[in-house]
Amino acid sequence: MDDLGVVIAFWALAAMTIGAAAMLILVRNLMHAILFLILSFVGVAGLYITLSADFVAVAQVLIYAGAISVLMIFAVMLTPLSERDNSGNFLQLPALVLSGLVIAGVTFVALETEWREAGRGSFDTTAAEIGEALLSPFVLPFEIASVLLVAAMIGAIVIVRDD
Amino acid sequence: MSLLANWYDFRDLGNPVARLIEALQDAGLSGGWIYAISGLLGAIGILSFVGVAAVINIWIERRLIGRIQVRRGPNRVGPFGLLQPVADAIKLIQKEALQPDNADGIMFTLAPIVIFIPAILAFSVLPWGEHMVLADLNVGVLFLLALSSTTTIIIFMAGYASNNKYAILGSMRVIAMLISYELPVVLALLGVVLFAGTMSLTGIVSFQETYWSWLIFFQPLAFLIFLLGSTAELNRTPADIAEAESEIVAGFHIEYSGMKFGLFYAVELVNTVAVSAIIASLFFGGWWTYGLEEFIPGWILFIGKIYSIYFIFIWFRGTLPRFRVDQLMAFAWKVLLPLALINAMMVALEIFIWTEYEISAGIVLPIFAVVNFALAGVLIVGFGRVMSRTMERFPKLPRLVKDIDVPLPEPSTA
Repeated sequence: MDDLGVVIAFWALAAMTIGAAAMLILVRNLMHAILFLILSFVGVAGLYITLSADFVAVAQVLIYAGAISVLMIFAVMLTPLSERDNSGNFLQLPALVLSGLVIAGVTFVALETEWREAGRGSFDTTAAEIGEALLSPFVLPFEIASVLLVAAMIGAIVIVRDD
Repeated sequence: MSLLANWYDFRDLGNPVARLIEALQDAGLSGGWIYAISGLLGAIGILSFVGVAAVINIWIERRLIGRIQVRRGPNRVGPFGLLQPVADAIKLIQKEALQPDNADGIMFTLAPIVIFIPAILAFSVLPWGEHMVLADLNVGVLFLLALSSTTTIIIFMAGYASNNKYAILGSMRVIAMLISYELPVVLALLGVVLFAGTMSLTGIVSFQETYWSWLIFFQPLAFLIFLLGSTAELNRTPADIAEAESEIVAGFHIEYSGMKFGLFYAVELVNTVAVSAIIASLFFGGWWTYGLEEFIPGWILFIGKIYSIYFIFIWFRGTLPRFRVDQLMAFAWKVLLPLALINAMMVALEIFIWTEYEISAGIVLPIFAVVNFALAGVLIVGFGRVMSRTMERFPKLPRLVKDIDVPLPEPSTA
Protein backbone atom coordinates (compact mmCIF):
# COMPACT_ATOMS: atom_id res chain seq x y z
CA MET A 1 0.00 0.00 0.00
CA ASP A 2 2.91 2.36 -0.48
CA ASP A 3 2.23 3.08 -4.12
CA LEU A 4 0.32 6.32 -4.59
CA GLY A 5 -1.88 4.94 -7.37
CA VAL A 6 -2.97 1.97 -5.25
CA VAL A 7 -3.79 4.26 -2.32
CA ILE A 8 -5.92 6.54 -4.50
CA ALA A 9 -7.63 3.53 -6.07
CA PHE A 10 -8.31 1.99 -2.66
CA TRP A 11 -9.95 5.11 -1.24
CA ALA A 12 -11.98 5.79 -4.40
CA LEU A 13 -13.20 2.20 -4.55
CA ALA A 14 -13.92 2.07 -0.82
CA ALA A 15 -15.94 5.29 -1.07
CA MET A 16 -17.83 3.87 -4.06
CA THR A 17 -18.54 0.55 -2.34
CA ILE A 18 -19.68 2.03 0.95
CA GLY A 19 -21.58 4.89 -0.69
CA ALA A 20 -23.44 2.46 -2.92
CA ALA A 21 -24.15 0.19 0.04
CA ALA A 22 -25.53 3.14 2.01
CA MET A 23 -27.70 4.22 -0.90
CA LEU A 24 -28.93 0.63 -1.21
CA ILE A 25 -30.48 1.02 2.24
CA LEU A 26 -31.64 4.59 1.81
CA VAL A 27 -33.42 4.51 -1.55
CA ARG A 28 -37.13 3.75 -1.55
CA ASN A 29 -37.39 2.11 -4.95
CA LEU A 30 -36.40 -1.56 -4.86
CA MET A 31 -35.14 -1.54 -8.44
CA HIS A 32 -32.81 1.36 -7.64
CA ALA A 33 -31.65 -0.54 -4.57
CA ILE A 34 -30.64 -3.50 -6.74
CA LEU A 35 -28.71 -1.23 -9.09
CA PHE A 36 -26.83 0.26 -6.13
CA LEU A 37 -26.14 -3.26 -4.92
CA ILE A 38 -24.58 -4.07 -8.31
CA LEU A 39 -22.45 -0.92 -8.08
CA SER A 40 -21.33 -2.05 -4.65
CA PHE A 41 -20.39 -5.49 -6.02
CA VAL A 42 -18.35 -3.83 -8.77
CA GLY A 43 -16.58 -1.71 -6.16
CA VAL A 44 -15.68 -4.83 -4.19
CA ALA A 45 -14.33 -6.37 -7.39
CA GLY A 46 -12.15 -3.28 -7.81
CA LEU A 47 -10.86 -3.72 -4.25
CA TYR A 48 -9.89 -7.30 -5.12
CA ILE A 49 -7.91 -5.96 -8.07
CA THR A 50 -5.93 -3.63 -5.80
CA LEU A 51 -5.03 -6.80 -3.84
CA SER A 52 -3.84 -8.34 -7.17
CA ALA A 53 -6.46 -11.08 -6.93
CA ASP A 54 -7.59 -10.76 -10.53
CA PHE A 55 -9.37 -14.09 -10.76
CA VAL A 56 -11.49 -13.40 -7.70
CA ALA A 57 -12.29 -9.92 -8.99
CA VAL A 58 -13.48 -11.18 -12.38
CA ALA A 59 -15.42 -13.99 -10.74
CA GLN A 60 -17.05 -11.40 -8.46
CA VAL A 61 -18.26 -9.41 -11.47
CA LEU A 62 -19.29 -12.52 -13.39
CA ILE A 63 -21.20 -14.19 -10.57
CA TYR A 64 -22.46 -11.38 -8.34
CA ALA A 65 -22.89 -8.44 -10.72
CA GLY A 66 -23.86 -10.64 -13.67
CA ALA A 67 -25.84 -13.59 -12.33
CA ILE A 68 -26.99 -13.08 -8.74
CA SER A 69 -28.33 -9.62 -9.50
CA VAL A 70 -30.40 -11.01 -12.38
CA LEU A 71 -31.86 -13.47 -9.90
CA MET A 72 -32.68 -10.59 -7.54
CA ILE A 73 -34.27 -8.62 -10.37
CA PHE A 74 -36.51 -11.60 -11.10
CA ALA A 75 -37.38 -11.86 -7.42
CA VAL A 76 -38.34 -8.18 -7.33
CA MET A 77 -40.34 -8.46 -10.54
CA LEU A 78 -42.31 -11.37 -9.07
CA THR A 79 -42.94 -9.53 -5.81
CA PRO A 80 -46.29 -7.76 -5.74
CA LEU A 81 -46.10 -4.09 -4.75
CA SER A 82 -42.35 -4.00 -5.23
CA GLU A 83 -42.39 -0.25 -5.68
CA ARG A 84 -43.91 0.54 -2.30
CA ASP A 85 -41.69 1.88 0.45
CA ASN A 86 -41.20 0.13 3.77
CA SER A 87 -42.79 2.75 6.02
CA GLY A 88 -45.58 0.41 7.10
CA ASN A 89 -43.22 -2.26 8.30
CA PHE A 90 -43.15 -2.93 12.05
CA LEU A 91 -39.80 -4.75 12.00
CA GLN A 92 -37.76 -1.55 11.95
CA LEU A 93 -36.60 -1.74 15.55
CA PRO A 94 -35.45 -5.39 15.52
CA ALA A 95 -33.63 -4.74 12.23
CA LEU A 96 -31.86 -1.75 13.75
CA VAL A 97 -30.80 -3.75 16.82
CA LEU A 98 -29.60 -6.70 14.75
CA SER A 99 -27.60 -4.62 12.29
CA GLY A 100 -26.11 -2.63 15.17
CA LEU A 101 -24.95 -5.87 16.76
CA VAL A 102 -23.42 -7.07 13.48
CA ILE A 103 -21.60 -3.76 12.98
CA ALA A 104 -20.33 -3.85 16.57
CA GLY A 105 -19.11 -7.41 16.17
CA VAL A 106 -17.29 -6.74 12.89
CA THR A 107 -15.73 -3.55 14.28
CA PHE A 108 -14.58 -5.37 17.40
CA VAL A 109 -12.93 -8.12 15.36
CA ALA A 110 -11.32 -5.63 12.98
CA LEU A 111 -9.87 -3.56 15.80
CA GLU A 112 -8.81 -6.34 18.14
CA THR A 113 -7.17 -8.72 15.66
CA GLU A 114 -3.43 -8.27 15.24
CA TRP A 115 -3.30 -8.06 11.46
CA ARG A 116 -0.06 -9.20 9.95
CA GLU A 117 1.08 -7.24 6.91
CA ALA A 118 2.16 -9.59 4.18
CA GLY A 119 5.37 -8.36 2.65
CA ARG A 120 4.72 -9.83 -0.75
CA GLY A 121 4.52 -8.49 -4.26
CA SER A 122 1.75 -9.14 -6.73
CA PHE A 123 0.85 -12.68 -7.72
CA ASP A 124 1.69 -13.83 -11.21
CA THR A 125 -1.03 -16.34 -11.95
CA THR A 126 -3.85 -16.60 -9.49
CA ALA A 127 -6.16 -18.55 -11.79
CA ALA A 128 -3.80 -21.49 -12.27
CA GLU A 129 -3.03 -21.74 -8.57
CA ILE A 130 -6.69 -21.59 -7.60
CA GLY A 131 -7.43 -24.32 -10.13
CA GLU A 132 -4.67 -26.56 -8.79
CA ALA A 133 -5.73 -25.96 -5.19
CA LEU A 134 -9.34 -26.80 -6.04
CA LEU A 135 -8.47 -30.03 -7.79
CA SER A 136 -5.73 -31.45 -5.60
CA PRO A 137 -5.92 -30.60 -1.86
CA PHE A 138 -9.52 -29.35 -1.80
CA VAL A 139 -11.04 -31.80 -4.26
CA LEU A 140 -13.49 -33.22 -1.74
CA PRO A 141 -15.20 -29.89 -0.82
CA PHE A 142 -15.21 -29.02 -4.52
CA GLU A 143 -17.00 -32.25 -5.42
CA ILE A 144 -19.42 -31.88 -2.52
CA ALA A 145 -20.28 -28.36 -3.70
CA SER A 146 -20.96 -29.61 -7.22
CA VAL A 147 -23.15 -32.43 -5.92
CA LEU A 148 -25.05 -29.86 -3.87
CA LEU A 149 -25.59 -27.71 -6.97
CA VAL A 150 -26.83 -30.69 -8.99
CA ALA A 151 -29.23 -31.53 -6.18
CA ALA A 152 -30.48 -27.92 -6.18
CA MET A 153 -31.00 -28.06 -9.93
CA ILE A 154 -32.93 -31.32 -9.75
CA GLY A 155 -35.01 -29.87 -6.91
CA ALA A 156 -35.85 -26.80 -9.01
CA ILE A 157 -36.97 -29.04 -11.88
CA VAL A 158 -39.10 -31.15 -9.54
CA ILE A 159 -40.79 -28.04 -8.12
CA VAL A 160 -41.53 -26.65 -11.58
CA ARG A 161 -43.03 -29.86 -12.98
CA ASP A 162 -46.81 -30.02 -12.98
CA ASP A 163 -47.50 -33.59 -11.86
CA MET B 1 9.63 -6.60 -35.65
CA SER B 2 11.77 -4.90 -33.10
CA LEU B 3 11.13 -1.84 -31.07
CA LEU B 4 14.42 -0.41 -32.30
CA ALA B 5 12.84 1.26 -35.32
CA ASN B 6 12.19 4.98 -35.52
CA TRP B 7 9.11 6.54 -34.03
CA TYR B 8 7.57 7.21 -37.46
CA ASP B 9 7.72 3.48 -38.24
CA PHE B 10 4.08 2.51 -37.96
CA ARG B 11 4.58 -1.14 -38.86
CA ASP B 12 4.42 -1.66 -35.13
CA LEU B 13 2.41 0.98 -33.34
CA GLY B 14 4.51 0.16 -30.29
CA ASN B 15 7.43 2.05 -31.85
CA PRO B 16 6.21 5.60 -31.23
CA VAL B 17 5.00 4.56 -27.77
CA ALA B 18 8.37 3.01 -26.93
CA ARG B 19 10.12 6.19 -28.09
CA LEU B 20 7.78 8.26 -25.95
CA ILE B 21 8.42 6.06 -22.90
CA GLU B 22 12.16 6.39 -23.42
CA ALA B 23 11.80 10.16 -23.66
CA LEU B 24 9.74 10.19 -20.45
CA GLN B 25 12.34 8.08 -18.68
CA ASP B 26 15.04 10.50 -19.81
CA ALA B 27 12.92 13.32 -18.43
CA GLY B 28 13.17 11.59 -15.05
CA LEU B 29 9.55 10.59 -14.41
CA SER B 30 8.82 7.69 -12.08
CA GLY B 31 7.30 4.37 -13.13
CA GLY B 32 3.74 5.22 -12.14
CA TRP B 33 3.55 8.30 -14.32
CA ILE B 34 4.97 6.49 -17.33
CA TYR B 35 2.45 3.72 -16.76
CA ALA B 36 -0.40 6.22 -16.52
CA ILE B 37 0.66 8.10 -19.66
CA SER B 38 1.11 4.98 -21.77
CA GLY B 39 -2.21 3.64 -20.51
CA LEU B 40 -3.89 6.91 -21.44
CA LEU B 41 -2.37 6.76 -24.93
CA GLY B 42 -3.61 3.21 -25.41
CA ALA B 43 -7.08 4.17 -24.22
CA ILE B 44 -7.18 7.10 -26.64
CA GLY B 45 -6.10 4.78 -29.46
CA ILE B 46 -8.82 2.26 -28.64
CA LEU B 47 -11.49 4.94 -28.24
CA SER B 48 -10.65 6.49 -31.59
CA PHE B 49 -10.76 3.07 -33.25
CA VAL B 50 -14.12 2.33 -31.64
CA GLY B 51 -15.52 5.72 -32.66
CA VAL B 52 -14.41 5.41 -36.26
CA ALA B 53 -15.56 1.78 -36.42
CA ALA B 54 -19.02 2.65 -35.10
CA VAL B 55 -19.46 5.25 -37.84
CA ILE B 56 -17.96 3.22 -40.68
CA ASN B 57 -19.82 0.05 -39.74
CA ILE B 58 -23.20 1.71 -40.21
CA TRP B 59 -22.27 2.34 -43.81
CA ILE B 60 -20.70 -1.10 -44.34
CA GLU B 61 -23.66 -2.88 -42.80
CA ARG B 62 -26.33 -0.98 -44.70
CA ARG B 63 -24.49 -1.25 -48.01
CA LEU B 64 -23.81 -4.97 -47.63
CA ILE B 65 -27.32 -5.83 -46.51
CA GLY B 66 -28.58 -3.79 -49.44
CA ARG B 67 -26.36 -5.77 -51.78
CA ILE B 68 -27.48 -9.09 -50.25
CA GLN B 69 -31.15 -8.11 -50.59
CA VAL B 70 -30.70 -6.83 -54.18
CA ARG B 71 -31.12 -3.18 -53.30
CA ARG B 72 -28.61 -0.37 -53.50
CA GLY B 73 -28.40 0.75 -49.88
CA PRO B 74 -27.48 4.35 -49.00
CA ASN B 75 -25.92 5.95 -52.07
CA ARG B 76 -26.92 9.61 -52.17
CA VAL B 77 -24.99 11.41 -49.43
CA GLY B 78 -21.38 11.75 -50.50
CA PRO B 79 -19.47 9.35 -52.77
CA PHE B 80 -21.01 5.84 -52.55
CA GLY B 81 -23.17 7.15 -49.71
CA LEU B 82 -20.12 7.30 -47.45
CA LEU B 83 -21.38 10.36 -45.59
CA GLN B 84 -24.71 8.70 -44.73
CA PRO B 85 -23.65 7.84 -41.12
CA VAL B 86 -22.71 11.48 -40.56
CA ALA B 87 -26.07 12.61 -41.90
CA ASP B 88 -27.78 10.03 -39.66
CA ALA B 89 -25.92 11.30 -36.62
CA ILE B 90 -26.82 14.93 -37.37
CA LYS B 91 -30.44 13.92 -37.77
CA LEU B 92 -30.42 12.05 -34.47
CA ILE B 93 -28.83 14.93 -32.58
CA GLN B 94 -31.45 17.35 -33.91
CA LYS B 95 -34.35 15.20 -32.77
CA GLU B 96 -36.23 15.90 -29.61
CA ALA B 97 -35.19 13.73 -26.66
CA LEU B 98 -38.55 12.39 -25.61
CA GLN B 99 -39.12 10.77 -22.26
CA PRO B 100 -42.33 9.06 -21.24
CA ASP B 101 -44.30 10.64 -18.40
CA ASN B 102 -44.01 7.77 -15.95
CA ALA B 103 -40.50 6.78 -16.93
CA ASP B 104 -37.82 6.40 -14.29
CA GLY B 105 -35.82 9.47 -15.31
CA ILE B 106 -32.35 8.66 -13.99
CA MET B 107 -32.31 5.05 -15.10
CA PHE B 108 -33.80 6.03 -18.45
CA THR B 109 -31.00 8.51 -19.12
CA LEU B 110 -28.23 6.44 -17.61
CA ALA B 111 -28.86 3.16 -19.47
CA PRO B 112 -27.71 4.18 -22.98
CA ILE B 113 -24.58 5.76 -21.51
CA VAL B 114 -23.60 2.94 -19.15
CA ILE B 115 -24.10 0.31 -21.83
CA PHE B 116 -20.97 1.62 -23.56
CA ILE B 117 -18.72 0.73 -20.61
CA PRO B 118 -18.57 -3.06 -21.11
CA ALA B 119 -18.50 -2.62 -24.89
CA ILE B 120 -15.38 -0.46 -24.77
CA LEU B 121 -13.69 -2.30 -21.88
CA ALA B 122 -13.75 -5.44 -24.02
CA PHE B 123 -11.22 -3.86 -26.39
CA SER B 124 -8.66 -3.33 -23.63
CA VAL B 125 -7.57 -6.98 -23.36
CA LEU B 126 -7.31 -7.63 -27.11
CA PRO B 127 -3.81 -8.12 -28.51
CA TRP B 128 -3.54 -5.81 -31.52
CA GLY B 129 0.07 -6.73 -32.24
CA GLU B 130 3.05 -8.43 -30.70
CA HIS B 131 3.54 -5.82 -28.00
CA MET B 132 0.32 -3.93 -28.52
CA VAL B 133 -2.06 -4.81 -25.71
CA LEU B 134 -3.42 -2.29 -23.26
CA ALA B 135 -4.05 -4.65 -20.34
CA ASP B 136 -2.58 -8.15 -20.65
CA LEU B 137 -4.81 -9.77 -18.04
CA ASN B 138 -4.11 -13.34 -16.92
CA VAL B 139 -7.84 -13.91 -16.85
CA GLY B 140 -8.60 -12.18 -20.16
CA VAL B 141 -11.21 -14.66 -21.44
CA LEU B 142 -13.03 -14.67 -18.12
CA PHE B 143 -12.93 -10.87 -18.09
CA LEU B 144 -14.70 -10.78 -21.45
CA LEU B 145 -17.38 -13.17 -20.17
CA ALA B 146 -17.89 -11.03 -17.08
CA LEU B 147 -18.35 -7.96 -19.28
CA SER B 148 -20.91 -9.67 -21.46
CA SER B 149 -22.87 -10.76 -18.39
CA THR B 150 -23.19 -7.18 -17.10
CA THR B 151 -24.79 -6.05 -20.36
CA THR B 152 -27.91 -7.97 -19.31
CA ILE B 153 -28.53 -5.69 -16.35
CA ILE B 154 -28.08 -2.52 -18.37
CA ILE B 155 -30.53 -3.65 -21.03
CA PHE B 156 -32.97 -4.51 -18.27
CA MET B 157 -32.45 -1.00 -16.83
CA ALA B 158 -33.44 0.48 -20.19
CA GLY B 159 -36.48 -1.74 -20.54
CA TYR B 160 -37.71 -1.29 -16.98
CA ALA B 161 -37.20 2.47 -16.89
CA SER B 162 -39.19 3.00 -20.10
CA ASN B 163 -42.43 1.99 -18.38
CA ASN B 164 -43.73 0.36 -21.51
CA LYS B 165 -45.08 -3.15 -21.90
CA TYR B 166 -43.14 -3.84 -25.09
CA ALA B 167 -39.95 -2.56 -23.49
CA ILE B 168 -40.34 -4.79 -20.45
CA LEU B 169 -41.19 -7.77 -22.69
CA GLY B 170 -38.09 -7.09 -24.76
CA SER B 171 -35.83 -6.85 -21.76
CA MET B 172 -37.24 -10.01 -20.18
CA ARG B 173 -36.54 -11.74 -23.47
CA VAL B 174 -32.98 -10.40 -23.39
CA ILE B 175 -32.43 -11.75 -19.89
CA ALA B 176 -33.80 -15.19 -20.76
CA MET B 177 -31.76 -15.33 -23.95
CA LEU B 178 -28.50 -14.06 -22.47
CA ILE B 179 -28.68 -16.48 -19.54
CA SER B 180 -29.41 -19.39 -21.90
CA TYR B 181 -26.68 -18.56 -24.37
CA GLU B 182 -24.06 -17.75 -21.76
CA LEU B 183 -23.71 -21.46 -20.93
CA PRO B 184 -22.79 -22.79 -24.40
CA VAL B 185 -20.54 -19.77 -25.00
CA VAL B 186 -18.69 -20.31 -21.73
CA LEU B 187 -18.30 -24.02 -22.42
CA ALA B 188 -17.04 -23.35 -25.95
CA LEU B 189 -14.47 -20.92 -24.58
CA LEU B 190 -13.57 -23.52 -21.93
CA GLY B 191 -12.51 -25.81 -24.75
CA VAL B 192 -10.26 -23.11 -26.21
CA VAL B 193 -8.79 -22.21 -22.82
CA LEU B 194 -8.13 -25.85 -21.95
CA PHE B 195 -6.44 -26.44 -25.27
CA ALA B 196 -4.22 -23.37 -25.05
CA GLY B 197 -3.62 -23.81 -21.34
CA THR B 198 -4.04 -20.12 -20.58
CA MET B 199 -6.82 -17.56 -20.18
CA SER B 200 -4.75 -14.61 -21.34
CA LEU B 201 -5.55 -13.58 -24.91
CA THR B 202 -1.90 -12.79 -25.54
CA GLY B 203 -1.08 -16.29 -24.28
CA ILE B 204 -3.65 -17.88 -26.60
CA VAL B 205 -2.26 -15.99 -29.60
CA SER B 206 1.30 -16.99 -28.73
CA PHE B 207 0.13 -20.61 -28.32
CA GLN B 208 -1.10 -20.46 -31.91
CA GLU B 209 2.22 -18.94 -32.96
CA THR B 210 4.25 -21.59 -31.10
CA TYR B 211 2.42 -24.53 -32.63
CA TRP B 212 2.11 -22.82 -36.02
CA SER B 213 -1.61 -23.29 -36.40
CA TRP B 214 -4.79 -21.34 -35.82
CA LEU B 215 -6.94 -22.73 -33.06
CA ILE B 216 -9.94 -23.14 -35.36
CA PHE B 217 -8.21 -26.22 -36.76
CA PHE B 218 -8.24 -27.82 -33.31
CA GLN B 219 -11.57 -26.42 -32.11
CA PRO B 220 -13.98 -26.26 -35.06
CA LEU B 221 -16.97 -27.16 -32.90
CA ALA B 222 -16.12 -24.52 -30.30
CA PHE B 223 -15.84 -21.95 -33.08
CA LEU B 224 -19.28 -22.78 -34.46
CA ILE B 225 -20.88 -22.76 -31.00
CA PHE B 226 -19.22 -19.48 -30.11
CA LEU B 227 -20.24 -17.89 -33.42
CA LEU B 228 -23.89 -18.92 -33.06
CA GLY B 229 -24.04 -18.17 -29.34
CA SER B 230 -22.51 -14.75 -29.73
CA THR B 231 -24.97 -13.94 -32.52
CA ALA B 232 -27.66 -14.42 -29.90
CA GLU B 233 -25.79 -12.45 -27.25
CA LEU B 234 -25.36 -9.58 -29.70
CA ASN B 235 -29.09 -9.42 -30.47
CA ARG B 236 -28.43 -9.71 -34.16
CA THR B 237 -30.97 -10.80 -36.67
CA PRO B 238 -31.34 -14.56 -36.59
CA ALA B 239 -31.72 -14.10 -32.82
CA ASP B 240 -32.91 -10.54 -32.34
CA ILE B 241 -36.07 -11.51 -30.49
CA ALA B 242 -35.34 -8.73 -28.00
CA GLU B 243 -36.16 -6.06 -30.56
CA ALA B 244 -38.23 -8.08 -32.99
CA GLU B 245 -39.97 -5.42 -35.06
CA SER B 246 -42.88 -7.60 -36.09
CA GLU B 247 -43.63 -8.77 -32.54
CA ILE B 248 -42.75 -6.15 -29.97
CA VAL B 249 -42.08 -3.09 -32.18
CA ALA B 250 -38.55 -2.25 -31.04
CA GLY B 251 -38.14 -4.12 -27.79
CA PHE B 252 -36.22 -2.59 -24.96
CA HIS B 253 -35.40 0.66 -26.75
CA ILE B 254 -38.89 1.41 -27.98
CA GLU B 255 -39.24 4.64 -25.98
CA TYR B 256 -35.82 5.99 -26.84
CA SER B 257 -35.52 8.73 -29.41
CA GLY B 258 -32.82 11.00 -30.71
CA MET B 259 -29.24 10.38 -29.73
CA LYS B 260 -30.21 8.01 -26.92
CA PHE B 261 -31.55 5.65 -29.55
CA GLY B 262 -28.43 6.38 -31.57
CA LEU B 263 -26.28 5.21 -28.68
CA PHE B 264 -28.12 1.89 -28.52
CA TYR B 265 -27.70 1.54 -32.27
CA ALA B 266 -24.00 2.34 -32.06
CA VAL B 267 -23.29 0.06 -29.12
CA GLU B 268 -24.70 -2.87 -31.05
CA LEU B 269 -22.18 -2.24 -33.83
CA VAL B 270 -19.33 -1.75 -31.34
CA ASN B 271 -20.23 -5.00 -29.59
CA THR B 272 -20.25 -6.80 -32.92
CA VAL B 273 -16.75 -5.52 -33.67
CA ALA B 274 -15.64 -6.58 -30.20
CA VAL B 275 -17.00 -10.11 -30.64
CA SER B 276 -15.45 -10.32 -34.11
CA ALA B 277 -12.14 -9.28 -32.57
CA ILE B 278 -12.48 -11.91 -29.84
CA ILE B 279 -13.19 -14.59 -32.44
CA ALA B 280 -10.27 -13.34 -34.55
CA SER B 281 -7.81 -13.56 -31.68
CA LEU B 282 -9.08 -16.82 -30.18
CA PHE B 283 -9.61 -18.85 -33.33
CA PHE B 284 -7.75 -17.06 -36.13
CA GLY B 285 -4.45 -16.19 -34.49
CA GLY B 286 -5.04 -12.51 -33.78
CA TRP B 287 -2.16 -10.59 -35.34
CA TRP B 288 -0.28 -13.81 -36.17
CA THR B 289 -0.86 -15.05 -39.72
CA TYR B 290 1.68 -17.76 -40.64
CA GLY B 291 4.59 -15.37 -41.02
CA LEU B 292 2.67 -12.80 -43.03
CA GLU B 293 2.99 -10.38 -40.14
CA GLU B 294 6.68 -9.98 -41.09
CA PHE B 295 5.59 -8.07 -44.17
CA ILE B 296 2.26 -6.53 -43.21
CA PRO B 297 1.83 -4.92 -39.77
CA GLY B 298 0.08 -7.26 -37.36
CA TRP B 299 -2.60 -4.74 -36.39
CA ILE B 300 -3.65 -4.34 -40.02
CA LEU B 301 -3.98 -8.12 -40.33
CA PHE B 302 -5.98 -8.15 -37.12
CA ILE B 303 -8.36 -5.47 -38.36
CA GLY B 304 -8.66 -7.39 -41.63
CA LYS B 305 -9.65 -10.51 -39.71
CA ILE B 306 -12.09 -8.54 -37.57
CA TYR B 307 -13.89 -7.28 -40.64
CA SER B 308 -13.87 -10.71 -42.31
CA ILE B 309 -15.74 -12.10 -39.31
CA TYR B 310 -17.93 -9.01 -39.16
CA PHE B 311 -18.90 -9.85 -42.73
CA ILE B 312 -20.18 -13.25 -41.54
CA PHE B 313 -22.39 -11.49 -38.99
CA ILE B 314 -23.75 -9.15 -41.67
CA TRP B 315 -24.31 -12.15 -43.91
CA PHE B 316 -26.36 -13.82 -41.15
CA ARG B 317 -28.37 -10.65 -40.76
CA GLY B 318 -29.04 -10.25 -44.44
CA THR B 319 -30.11 -13.80 -45.18
CA LEU B 320 -31.58 -15.55 -42.15
CA PRO B 321 -35.13 -15.10 -40.85
CA ARG B 322 -35.77 -14.51 -37.17
CA PHE B 323 -36.19 -17.40 -34.72
CA ARG B 324 -39.29 -17.71 -32.59
CA VAL B 325 -38.57 -17.26 -28.87
CA ASP B 326 -39.07 -20.89 -27.86
CA GLN B 327 -37.11 -22.11 -30.87
CA LEU B 328 -34.19 -19.92 -29.88
CA MET B 329 -34.23 -21.16 -26.28
CA ALA B 330 -34.57 -24.78 -27.42
CA PHE B 331 -31.62 -24.33 -29.76
CA ALA B 332 -29.44 -23.14 -26.88
CA TRP B 333 -30.44 -25.83 -24.39
CA LYS B 334 -31.03 -28.84 -26.61
CA VAL B 335 -28.38 -28.42 -29.29
CA LEU B 336 -25.59 -26.02 -28.38
CA LEU B 337 -25.23 -26.98 -24.71
CA PRO B 338 -24.80 -30.77 -25.23
CA LEU B 339 -22.41 -30.18 -28.12
CA ALA B 340 -20.36 -27.75 -26.03
CA LEU B 341 -20.23 -30.22 -23.12
CA ILE B 342 -19.06 -33.03 -25.39
CA ASN B 343 -16.46 -30.70 -26.91
CA ALA B 344 -15.13 -29.64 -23.50
CA MET B 345 -14.83 -33.27 -22.36
CA MET B 346 -13.10 -34.23 -25.61
CA VAL B 347 -10.57 -31.42 -25.15
CA ALA B 348 -9.90 -32.47 -21.57
CA LEU B 349 -9.25 -36.05 -22.76
CA GLU B 350 -6.92 -34.85 -25.49
CA ILE B 351 -4.94 -32.59 -23.16
CA PHE B 352 -4.67 -35.49 -20.70
CA ILE B 353 -3.28 -37.75 -23.42
CA TRP B 354 -0.90 -35.02 -24.59
CA THR B 355 0.58 -34.21 -21.20
CA GLU B 356 0.46 -37.65 -19.59
CA TYR B 357 2.24 -39.59 -22.32
CA GLU B 358 4.51 -36.69 -23.30
CA ILE B 359 3.99 -37.18 -27.01
CA SER B 360 5.59 -34.50 -29.17
CA ALA B 361 3.25 -31.82 -30.47
CA GLY B 362 4.15 -32.51 -34.10
CA ILE B 363 2.61 -35.99 -33.93
CA VAL B 364 -0.30 -35.40 -31.63
CA LEU B 365 -1.70 -32.07 -32.86
CA PRO B 366 -2.53 -33.17 -36.45
CA ILE B 367 -4.28 -36.22 -35.00
CA PHE B 368 -6.28 -33.98 -32.64
CA ALA B 369 -7.22 -31.73 -35.55
CA VAL B 370 -8.50 -34.65 -37.63
CA VAL B 371 -10.31 -36.20 -34.64
CA ASN B 372 -11.96 -32.92 -33.68
CA PHE B 373 -13.12 -32.18 -37.21
CA ALA B 374 -14.55 -35.69 -37.52
CA LEU B 375 -16.22 -35.33 -34.12
CA ALA B 376 -17.72 -31.98 -35.08
CA GLY B 377 -19.10 -33.39 -38.31
CA VAL B 378 -20.52 -36.51 -36.67
CA LEU B 379 -22.06 -34.57 -33.79
CA ILE B 380 -23.69 -31.91 -35.97
CA VAL B 381 -25.10 -34.39 -38.49
CA GLY B 382 -26.06 -36.88 -35.76
CA PHE B 383 -27.80 -34.26 -33.65
CA GLY B 384 -29.63 -33.04 -36.73
CA ARG B 385 -30.81 -36.61 -37.44
CA VAL B 386 -31.83 -37.37 -33.87
CA MET B 387 -33.43 -34.09 -32.90
CA SER B 388 -35.29 -33.08 -36.03
CA ARG B 389 -38.34 -34.61 -37.56
CA THR B 390 -37.77 -36.05 -41.00
CA MET B 391 -37.76 -33.42 -43.67
CA GLU B 392 -40.08 -33.81 -46.63
CA ARG B 393 -38.48 -32.06 -49.50
CA PHE B 394 -41.44 -32.56 -51.84
CA PRO B 395 -44.57 -33.15 -49.72
CA LYS B 396 -47.21 -34.88 -51.81
CA LEU B 397 -50.22 -33.94 -49.72
CA PRO B 398 -51.00 -30.67 -48.00
CA ARG B 399 -50.73 -31.30 -44.26
CA LEU B 400 -52.65 -29.85 -41.39
CA VAL B 401 -50.82 -28.06 -38.62
CA LYS B 402 -51.89 -30.63 -36.05
CA ASP B 403 -50.37 -33.46 -38.12
CA ILE B 404 -46.88 -32.09 -37.45
CA ASP B 405 -47.72 -31.92 -33.73
CA VAL B 406 -47.33 -28.21 -33.27
CA PRO B 407 -49.31 -27.25 -30.14
CA LEU B 408 -52.26 -25.09 -31.14
CA PRO B 409 -53.52 -22.25 -28.95
CA GLU B 410 -56.80 -22.92 -27.14
CA PRO B 411 -59.78 -21.42 -28.94
CA SER B 412 -61.04 -18.46 -26.96
CA THR B 413 -64.52 -18.81 -25.53
CA ALA B 414 -65.40 -15.12 -25.70
